Amino acid sequence: MSEAYNFAYLDEQTKRMIRRAILKGLAIPGYQVPFASREMPMPYGWGTGGVQVSAAVLTPEDTMKVIDQGADDTTNAVSIRKFFQKTAGVAVTERTSDADVIQTRHRIPEEPLREDQILVYQVPIPEPLRFLEPRETETRKMHALEEYGLMHVKLYEDISRNGAISTAYAYPVKVEGRYVMDPSPIPKFDNPKLEMAAIQLFGAGREQRIYALPPYTKAVSLDFEDYPFEASKADHACDLCGCDTSYLDEVIVDDAGGRMFVCSDTDFCRGRRAEGHIGAQGAPFEEDAA
Amino acid sequence: MYVAVKGGEKAIDAAHSWLAEERRGDTAIPELSVAQIREQMTLAVNRVMAEGSLYDPDLAALAIKQARGDLIEAIFLIRAYRTTLPRFGYTLPIETERMDCIRRISATFKDAPGGQVLGPTFDYTHRLLDFKLAAEGEVPDAPTRDTTPGPVPHITEFLNKEGLIQTEADSDQTPPDLTREPLELPAARALRLQSLTRGDEGFVLGMAYSTQRGYARNHAFVGELRIGTCAVEMEIPELGFAIDIGEVELTECETVNQFKGSKVEPPQFTRGYGLVFGQTERKAISMALVDRALRWKELGEDFEGAPAQDEEFVLYHADNIQATGFLEHIKLPHYVDFQSELELVRKMRAEATTALREAAECA
Repeated sequence: MSEAYNFAYLDEQTKRMIRRAILKGLAIPGYQVPFASREMPMPYGWGTGGVQVSAAVLTPEDTMKVIDQGADDTTNAVSIRKFFQKTAGVAVTERTSDADVIQTRHRIPEEPLREDQILVYQVPIPEPLRFLEPRETETRKMHALEEYGLMHVKLYEDISRNGAISTAYAYPVKVEGRYVMDPSPIPKFDNPKLEMAAIQLFGAGREQRIYALPPYTKAVSLDFEDYPFEASKADHACDLCGCDTSYLDEVIVDDAGGRMFVCSDTDFCRGRRAEGHIGAQGAPFEEDAA
Repeated sequence: MYVAVKGGEKAIDAAHSWLAEERRGDTAIPELSVAQIREQMTLAVNRVMAEGSLYDPDLAALAIKQARGDLIEAIFLIRAYRTTLPRFGYTLPIETERMDCIRRISATFKDAPGGQVLGPTFDYTHRLLDFKLAAEGEVPDAPTRDTTPGPVPHITEFLNKEGLIQTEADSDQTPPDLTREPLELPAARALRLQSLTRGDEGFVLGMAYSTQRGYARNHAFVGELRIGTCAVEMEIPELGFAIDIGEVELTECETVNQFKGSKVEPPQFTRGYGLVFGQTERKAISMALVDRALRWKELGEDFEGAPAQDEEFVLYHADNIQATGFLEHIKLPHYVDFQSELELVRKMRAEATTALREAAECA
């Protein structure tokens, strides 16, 4: 652990300011709380919001897991995990069930989380209405007045134009019947998992916003009675572990258009293979084999 | 059998080593020292200090060296360092009328008390490549003359005596600080100025230029542009009075802008203001023009829908560290999102193709 910096990099005053924003966010689920985001030693867009939230909730006894696109070994997940190892000296893990704090970009782990866990999301654009109305001054008013008609018109226009709602990720949810919230760019496949036992915290560094979902908070994906929300995924099973209910990445394997599908959640896939599940192109599991 | 791509950690370490090697370049060529950058790349150092919001030429020079001359990257290094620094207190406001000027010009008056000083400017150089510099020729000493430092009053104040220029409202309020509080709109002028002074030079220049070309034109003259050093004073509680703790080099620009007058006010000139760390006059003039454009509401002007008048547009997009981070983050993996779009497009195409085929069969 690096002695030159305070525990988890941020000074205690800053952490207190962030914790206050988190508490306010938990008290008003789905409401975007402005906070004085700091410049971090990684660029905006690389997860500075998530990193600040994680830094504010981590304790020295915690075990941390970091994933990007569901995987522990993507470069940015590696980099953020290293950052906390260096500045907080916390234990790290790739196992979802062993982690106290999980920082994620673009996925919710397949394995259900528990009440004693915290899931921290990195959020690029916290405002679900942003692409309908670019002005923050306007969108804040719209939230305050619960004026979400524009969003429903957008979803309706999608259906009339394309026959389906053409949002595949960052699919908006309504939280406890009040705030419309952006769940960060998770695939809509993950939306039903937003109602969970763990605390979910969302940090947007560049946009200076924090919001939260307390445990078991209702988060309903927006839809219409005749066009109900559908959590879709590739219509395949994982080629490594055979799971047909997990979210899959499509991997191009040769230059003749050949491809395979594998679990995006690498820890989940590893766990299944360790239990003896084998997919169409999988081999029996060996520790550290892949 | 497919083996998932692993080894992100090794790849990162290797990339960093390669980067360090590239930064150094050909080792047969002597290495640049931080002092050389500080002394000979002064304007780059100034820009990094201004947009990094940290007055420290040595650190700025180090950042430029580390960033291989990429100034936005250098500004980022300075910002990330700055945010970790504790705050001991606040200095007294800088008094720019007591500036020790190396340059002071006015475009509105031929002469003024305190005189005009061209100073070390590119303005009247012919932009011809000087091949002598390639041979590392030493420069002859510039001629010098003894001067007696006299007062250099602000030139716009002469207009103020006649009531020809609008008076700024006095305020003893502590200015807001956007590095400590989240940006909330509408922003006070002090906050707008803070955002502009640390904003990207290119962005602020582009915004200012757009006002000159007619997008919220405000007919600016450079009332005064001054560059020099100002003492920084701080009250020390144990002493009970203020002492000099150092000095900073600053560029200050005040523009005089035409104003037709409104229903409530007689015709009067108005001002725009720019104040930037270091010798950074392009930035200071740009800042003054944009400041003036953003004051339309306070001065009872019309909102013409011009970008430079739009506080939210300007303040939300002026910061190059925010902008470059978000722009460049699209390099990071997005395959989960892309996969979900892929599925959706495939599904919609399948439905559309079926519908087309059915229509063709019916016809």
